[in-house]
Amino acid sequence: MTNISWALAAPLLALAASLAGILLHSTRDNQRRLVCSLLLLSALAACGAGMAGLLSHPDTAVLPIGLPWLPMHIRLDALAGFFLLVIGVLLGAVALYSVGNLRHLAEHRSLTPLYIFLPLFVAGMQGVTIADDAYTFMIFWELMSVASYFLVTFEHEQDANRKAGFLYLLMAHLGGLLILGGFAVLYAAGGSFEFGAMRAAALTPPWASLAFLLAVSGFGMKAGLIPLHAWLPEAHPAAPSNVSALMSGIMIKVAIFGFLRMVWDLIGLEHTAWWWGALVLAAGSSSAVGGVLLALQQHDLKRLLAYHSVENIGIIAIGLGLGMIFAHYHYPTLAALGLVAALYHTLNHALFKGLLFMGAGAVLQATHSCDMGRLGGLIRRMPRTAALFLIGCISISALPPFNGFVSEWLTFQAALMAPQLEGTLLSALIPFSAAMLALAGALAAACFVKVFGIVFQGMPRSRAAAEACEADGWMQLGMAIPAVLCLLLGVLPVWILPLIDVVPQSLIQAGLGKSAAGGWLWLTPIAPERASYSPLIVLVALLLAVGAFLVIHLRSGEKRRTAPWSCGHPHLNPRMQYTAVSFSQPLRRIFADLYQPQDKLQRSDHGHPLLVKKLRYQVHVQDQAWRHLYLPIKRFSEWLTRRVDWLHHRPIHGYLAFTFVTLLLLLGLLL
Amino acid sequence: MRSELLQQWVVVAAAAMLLIMFALLAQRHMRALLRWFALQGVLLALTSALVAFVAGVPELYVSALLALLLKGMVLPWLLWRIVLRLGVHREVEPLVNISVTLLIGAALVLFAFYVSLPIEKLSQLVTRNTIAIALACVLLSMLMMITRRKAITQVVGFLAMENALFFTATAATYGMPLVVEMGVAFDVLIAALIFGLFFFHIHRTFDSLDLEHLEERQ
Amino acid sequence: MNLWLWNLAEALLMVGLAPLATAVVKRFKARLQNRRGPPLLQSYRDLAKLFAKQPVLAEHASWVFRTAPYVIFAATALAAAIVPVILVAMPLTAAADVIALVALLALARFFTALAAMDVGTAFGGMGASREMTFAALTEPAMLMSIFVLSIAAHSTNMTAMIDTVLNSGLSLRPSLAFALAALVLVAIAETGRIPVDNPATHLELTMVHEAMILEYSGRYLALIEWANQIKLLLFATLLLNLFFPWGMAQTADAVSLLIAAASWLGKLLVLFVLLALFETWMAKMRIFRVPEYLGLAFLLAILGMLSHYILEVGV
Repeated sequence: MTNISWALAAPLLALAASLAGILLHSTRDNQRRLVCSLLLLSALAACGAGMAGLLSHPDTAVLPIGLPWLPMHIRLDALAGFFLLVIGVLLGAVALYSVGNLRHLAEHRSLTPLYIFLPLFVAGMQGVTIADDAYTFMIFWELMSVASYFLVTFEHEQDANRKAGFLYLLMAHLGGLLILGGFAVLYAAGGSFEFGAMRAAALTPPWASLAFLLAVSGFGMKAGLIPLHAWLPEAHPAAPSNVSALMSGIMIKVAIFGFLRMVWDLIGLEHTAWWWGALVLAAGSSSAVGGVLLALQQHDLKRLLAYHSVENIGIIAIGLGLGMIFAHYHYPTLAALGLVAALYHTLNHALFKGLLFMGAGAVLQATHSCDMGRLGGLIRRMPRTAALFLIGCISISALPPFNGFVSEWLTFQAALMAPQLEGTLLSALIPFSAAMLALAGALAAACFVKVFGIVFQGMPRSRAAAEACEADGWMQLGMAIPAVLCLLLGVLPVWILPLIDVVPQSLIQAGLGKSAAGGWLWLTPIAPERASYSPLIVLVALLLAVGAFLVIHLRSGEKRRTAPWSCGHPHLNPRMQYTAVSFSQPLRRIFADLYQPQDKLQRSDHGHPLLVKKLRYQVHVQDQAWRHLYLPIKRFSEWLTRRVDWLHHRPIHGYLAFTFVTLLLLLGLLL
Repeated sequence: MRSELLQQWVVVAAAAMLLIMFALLAQRHMRALLRWFALQGVLLALTSALVAFVAGVPELYVSALLALLLKGMVLPWLLWRIVLRLGVHREVEPLVNISVTLLIGAALVLFAFYVSLPIEKLSQLVTRNTIAIALACVLLSMLMMITRRKAITQVVGFLAMENALFFTATAATYGMPLVVEMGVAFDVLIAALIFGLFFFHIHRTFDSLDLEHLEERQ
Repeated sequence: MNLWLWNLAEALLMVGLAPLATAVVKRFKARLQNRRGPPLLQSYRDLAKLFAKQPVLAEHASWVFRTAPYVIFAATALAAAIVPVILVAMPLTAAADVIALVALLALARFFTALAAMDVGTAFGGMGASREMTFAALTEPAMLMSIFVLSIAAHSTNMTAMIDTVLNSGLSLRPSLAFALAALVLVAIAETGRIPVDNPATHLELTMVHEAMILEYSGRYLALIEWANQIKLLLFATLLLNLFFPWGMAQTADAVSLLIAAASWLGKLLVLFVLLALFETWMAKMRIFRVPEYLGLAFLLAILGMLSHYILEVGV
């Protein structure tokens, strides 16, 4: 079987799963098992195809379906292979997780719509990666968007979910239109819808810039770059947990894939202007910092994770922006470094964000709530979920020896190469971007201390949290796979990097080459004298520590337990603990100008202001992008609609006049 | 060897000048502000003296002495006396908060760097890379004048701008002709005296030196 | 093989001398306050006492609470092994460049904060919240200073940075001066000294670091206190060796090593005197002044970067 057939098998298996969902409508257990198994097979096919794409030459095929003069072209090259691998890995884990998760969900309602649209969604994403002409790309892109709309509004009884779905669909289609515009420019230059022709076409700078702007806004909207991110924190929490894991873990990466395909591959980096990279870098830096600042103020677990996806997309964009800047100034190796850092972070984020969303789903299932104010103490009720979630938290906080640190380290190394761009203003601006990245990473660590500390540690804040049950075996298995991979990718980057390096070599004909120059122990992306990092040594040190702990723990026998010290306060109740809102109060105060928090304090007392009876404090932080960008646009479009509405209320003469004028215009144009 | 020493010192002095400008922007208390301003005067005096020594321009010794006396001692003392006499609030009141002001300041430095890149390529002097710093200092002093509420701090901004220009002249072109220097120095002294007179009048009319009072009442 | 043994010896030296370093600072501060101060070996006696005592755990403390001290100690000790102390070129220095070193310390801090949240007291939450906020605000300043340091050395490897300073003679570079100032401010914040945090306070509401470890006792507390002392010595050594490395041994022969050890101890002594003076002169800042302090550190680092590009390039 050729590589391309493996690549085709993946979406076909997903379509089969969707069909199975329809056919087995009546038997719930069989339906669930068959759909999840087919999704797992599709994931394995995608992984296999991905590895094949990375390890061998590009392979193409033409399918006999499609328009009469435009059959579907598909292609498996290094870039498609990498993203198929990302899709496959997380999809496999989520498929296993879904066996357990959906069993619980199935008790309350029929899941048939989920079983129909989830595989369609997956098939759409896989199809986008292997598309080789604009038509195929857009068909699968739309399939992905529309199927995910139905998934977002799956629990449509709730008003908030319907609104989220509407916003999501609106922005997905707007983005799709912009992407279509980009393809239109390329089609005009290349003369054909096929990517091969677009690649070879010569673009004049104004058209290339227009195509770039359309690509960056269209794919940026889908990826969730600030300020085009508003749909993300609404849609991701509304969907069921396994769908959120897929959306955050894979769908926004497919947008990154689209950006790479259109800008790095089709337009080609030889047409770049200096401001392209600078724009992506600026958007990335503001997304990174803005996303994490907003995440810190959330008290809903899934919304917080969604804002973190915005932050991580920003980090990926920083890597891509740096790559584009270096490519413009003719430093191909450094451009490859930027791209490799971005791709590594793509893979890492898919893994740890998927893990975190799956953990959130487990928590939601056990306690029926995602509000951090009602959780707490779950580490004792759900120990394995807590341990796996902790691995996700450490990875996303970019701490050694896990994988998040490796990709951030690579991004820093790329940014620290800025002095090579001697004598330009950019070389003085790039360090600011690096400083913003450092700030975002540290704030993410703060946020995940808050998440783990409030959700899993401490004392339970509600009865549901006190009575929670551990997630079942399938869910734990689904979470364990990304957790193990997080550790492996963090400890063995020396093996992973040569695999990823194939992608820049195929896109810009330059790679890192000697990333393992110091041997298997050291990761040295540029040169050993320049910078090196050995995660294995860190792992050894930590294993020694854990080993010492275990030895001493086993030898010390019975532990002496007593009430907490807490400076001598005798009775602790769960309401004395810090809450999500109080944990982030220092930051809320420091960044008050950015947040514009609105707070309200209500108090009732026994007659004298000092004898307080009841206090109620409410604080609300709204995403400023809403106030300054989205609401004005909404008001403007409403005003415009009212103006156009005038046309709908003309008398008969009016309509006859319109028809007449149109006839005159057509006659004038055609003759 | 001498010119290397000069180059080293000018580089250090330029960095110190930039630091002092930011310190002036960041100060909260009037007394500290005037102390930093005096320090700037002393720095200028040292720089002029060194340039005079190394480049063999004896007029600069006179400039150095003038700078030390006027800018390091007389002017800060005069301004402090005004503050005391008028009972002006000892806190500097900024229009925009201080962190934002400092960030804008950093952006201005970057802008000055960008603008002076082509100029630096043309200059032949050893001390050419101070042109960007000098331009940055002028822009920062203008920022100081824009973002402060009180009249006294605006005067300090104006004088700081004059200091920055003097530094540019010394570093970039080894000083101006002595006549020009003396003229400028006396101009500044008279300007300060006139400012003082105006402050008395403004204070007598409005009982405060807050510039809002000078705006038209609608 | 020889160099690995020297590296191990250096690591043991750092870990072993850390309590003495803290005791020296305490002694100097006491003298400045007209007291005699505790004996120099008191820190060792305190640690020994804590190791011997049986730890008491809160009823619902989890495994995170029990494992955290070991992880914290291991990460800090590894960081201490990586910093070049006496010899410039050590094999472990290649295991982590400056950015990875900062991340190792961040790992230790992450686990401290998690342990603080574990018991579910208000003080733990307060300490964790404040500590993580301030740590986040130090990161931009730290990265910008690292950037300034790495420009001249064309590397983020500490050995390369030290070599560059040693080989470039006695030229005064304003960018390095700014970076030094920024890193000093950051080091004070990271090690929790006055004016950011008072290490000797007994008032819980003024605590940042101490509040996180209020529930610890016995060997756990010993490990965490020791890790804290190692961190102070680590930052002091890092600052001295990156900015004033004269005296360090570039080859592993007996004479250079002795000179290097003596110069390291001498420089440390001077630094600790200055630290004691600074801590006695300044008062602890209000909590919400700390972001301004860290903003000042960031501004100094930016000025360092700008002075490099404006004043030092192209000359």
